[in-house]
Amino acid sequence: MSTAESAEPKAVSPASVDDAPLYEARKDIFPQAVRGRFRTIKWTILIVTLGIYYFLPFVRWDRGVHAPDQAVLIDLPGRRFYFFFIELWPQELYYVTGLLVLAALALFLTNAVAGRMWCGYLCPQTVWTDLFYAVERLVEGDRREQMRKAASGEWNLERVAEKILKHSLWLMIAWWTGGAWVLYFADAPTLVYDLLTFNGPFVAYVWIGILTVTTYSLAGFMREQVCLYMCPWPRIQAALTDEHALNVTYRYDRGEPRMSAKKADAARARAEPAGDCVDCFQCVNVCPTGVDIRDGSQLGCIQCGLCIDACDNVMAKIGRPSGLIGYDTDENVKRRIAREEPVVRIIRPRTVLYAGLIVGVGALMTATLATRTTLGVSALHDRNPVFVKLADGGVRNAYTVRLTNKALEARPFRLEVLGLPDATLDVVGEPHRAEQSAVLEVESDQTRELRVLVTNPRALDNPSTPVRFRLTDITTGVTAQTGDFFKGPGSN
Amino acid sequence: MAVEKLDSVTGTATTGHEWDGIRELNTPLPRWWLWLFYMCIVWGIGYVIAYPAWPMVSSYTKGVLGYASRDQIEVDLAALRNQRSGLVSQIEATPLADIEKNPQLLTATLQIGKQAFGTNCSPCHGTGGAGSVGFPNLNDDQWLWGGTLDQIQQTITHGIRNESPDSRQGNMLAFGKDGTLSKTDIPIVAAYVVSLSGRKPEGAHDLAKGKQIFAENCAVCHGDDGKGNPELGAPNLTSGLYLYGGDQKTIEETITNGRGGVMPVWTGRLDPTTIKILTVYVHSLGGGK
Repeated sequence: MSTAESAEPKAVSPASVDDAPLYEARKDIFPQAVRGRFRTIKWTILIVTLGIYYFLPFVRWDRGVHAPDQAVLIDLPGRRFYFFFIELWPQELYYVTGLLVLAALALFLTNAVAGRMWCGYLCPQTVWTDLFYAVERLVEGDRREQMRKAASGEWNLERVAEKILKHSLWLMIAWWTGGAWVLYFADAPTLVYDLLTFNGPFVAYVWIGILTVTTYSLAGFMREQVCLYMCPWPRIQAALTDEHALNVTYRYDRGEPRMSAKKADAARARAEPAGDCVDCFQCVNVCPTGVDIRDGSQLGCIQCGLCIDACDNVMAKIGRPSGLIGYDTDENVKRRIAREEPVVRIIRPRTVLYAGLIVGVGALMTATLATRTTLGVSALHDRNPVFVKLADGGVRNAYTVRLTNKALEARPFRLEVLGLPDATLDVVGEPHRAEQSAVLEVESDQTRELRVLVTNPRALDNPSTPVRFRLTDITTGVTAQTGDFFKGPGSN
Repeated sequence: MAVEKLDSVTGTATTGHEWDGIRELNTPLPRWWLWLFYMCIVWGIGYVIAYPAWPMVSSYTKGVLGYASRDQIEVDLAALRNQRSGLVSQIEATPLADIEKNPQLLTATLQIGKQAFGTNCSPCHGTGGAGSVGFPNLNDDQWLWGGTLDQIQQTITHGIRNESPDSRQGNMLAFGKDGTLSKTDIPIVAAYVVSLSGRKPEGAHDLAKGKQIFAENCAVCHGDDGKGNPELGAPNLTSGLYLYGGDQKTIEETITNGRGGVMPVWTGRLDPTTIKILTVYVHSLGGGK
């Protein structure tokens, strides 16, 4: 902020305004390699997250003979989602909604505690771009070399070979990314074999192609443009931070005024103010989005921490204490200027609120997941006719009843209707009819739709009587119920 | 035009536009955004050439790919028929009585049957088969022509009182109009018919005489006890369920003018498998014997 505030309004010629381009060419960014604590953290996270992404489909999980043995599988034709010990049916999509709610709250919480950790370390755009930059530096050399080659404009054999090699490596990574994606939707080893022998489903090749193109273009070319122009999160996070949130911060209280190390030493010797910043631009050179952290917190800064590493390395060389750039809060910068004690306040109303919501939503989801039963019953009353008068004076209602068996084995259930003591139950197609209850078998991991006729031997006084269908697992005694109504002509 | 300068807070150039002291910053879009715009235009031109696009006076440009949404429907319908064909041929091969015993076939039959019923039967019998005056309710357990699978299949196949020689025949005669019963006898027998269903008839009528008239004229078809005869389509008069209405006035009208509702023959309009599916569907509505 300090530099921007010092900028005086400058008059520019009117002609330059009219000639100002409506569109802006992308500024080339050649991030320099850097070593340090945050670089190590980023490498670790990159290896772990990409390792999970690329290899998770091959992890096996035994579910018996009636279900696939892939630990994580989105079975679209079978309408099932398998995640280790959890099996979700389409109607349980609210668990996914709950996960998204948790993810949003986790983003808010991390933002309130330590800034854009998602952007800096975990976002796929960051991780893949980081990997592509690493490949680029490996093939074409570090920042200076790349800039020299780009500026020279020469196209010798070596440069062409480098470009071909770089793009081939990028395409291989992109292709592997798309290839891993489709493995989440089918049995991974089988699909790999089918794909390699060109027997894979056409849609799998299409998706591999789509993800190859998106990964190649987003991580190879779009890079920081995604963060600057396409992603909503940089805009949202600006509203979620506050003066107590740790953010990657240039400590201008310590850095300004900038001057060379020699001049600073001399100034200090004369007891004049001297900043630690030597204006070496290392923090800008290593930045993957090309911003200057010394301008303060800004949209383009994904808070990856690489400028901290770069600055610490310089501080070590000139013999000044590290941490000129570091995780810090706006509040503490102000306090140091005012010569007050810094405070660390992680527990604030907003962090407590976010944490409470995370715990609440998480507990609710865990509780429903732990207590959900493996059987279910739902009933749909016939709309037309709502009831039928019978020749013997009885009244009959018809329902479409769906039994659900989520267990991975076929099970017999007993279906009863409660609330009408004299009523009998007919299940169309079942041999035993007009009884108080019906025993029905449902195949493993299936639902079964039944047409159920409920007959009361006489018309009831009430035109609408509440009834319940109860489904009982005969072996375990576990039950499930659903409510509906028994309609009749009434007492008139 | 205001004086052009750099904005003091951000250091960004302004566009020179100013409203009430608020200056617009010049923040140009990225160049690739412009390329996307051009690509969209190219895509749009390609789309207009490839697909139906421009309306003409009495038609439209067809596009070089020859795509038409109607063709797409044909493809989808063919795929649906193909998808169903396995089950349909299984239904075709399964004896009528065994379809309900196979849960998978039953489910498929009821779903296909619901569609076929909605298209072909619901105009008269109602979407749920609840019927209306003159059109029987197919959900109850009272059947004019019998409620077993075979009887239902026979009725759908050949219809009732139509021009086909195989159709079910049997009329409620117009006892009043053709002079079989006198105007004084009709209210008496009507009162007796009301009493058959356990209800008390309106007015003072000689029920013994009514019974005698019934035995002489009506019992041939409806049976001595009035329980009806599905061979002749003669309804059961004791149940309290009536096709044309059970109040005394309507019964007098029925006896006077007779009844003879017609159901068309469905052979030729529907293939035998569809008739089979409809048979099971109607049987499953609730009244099937």
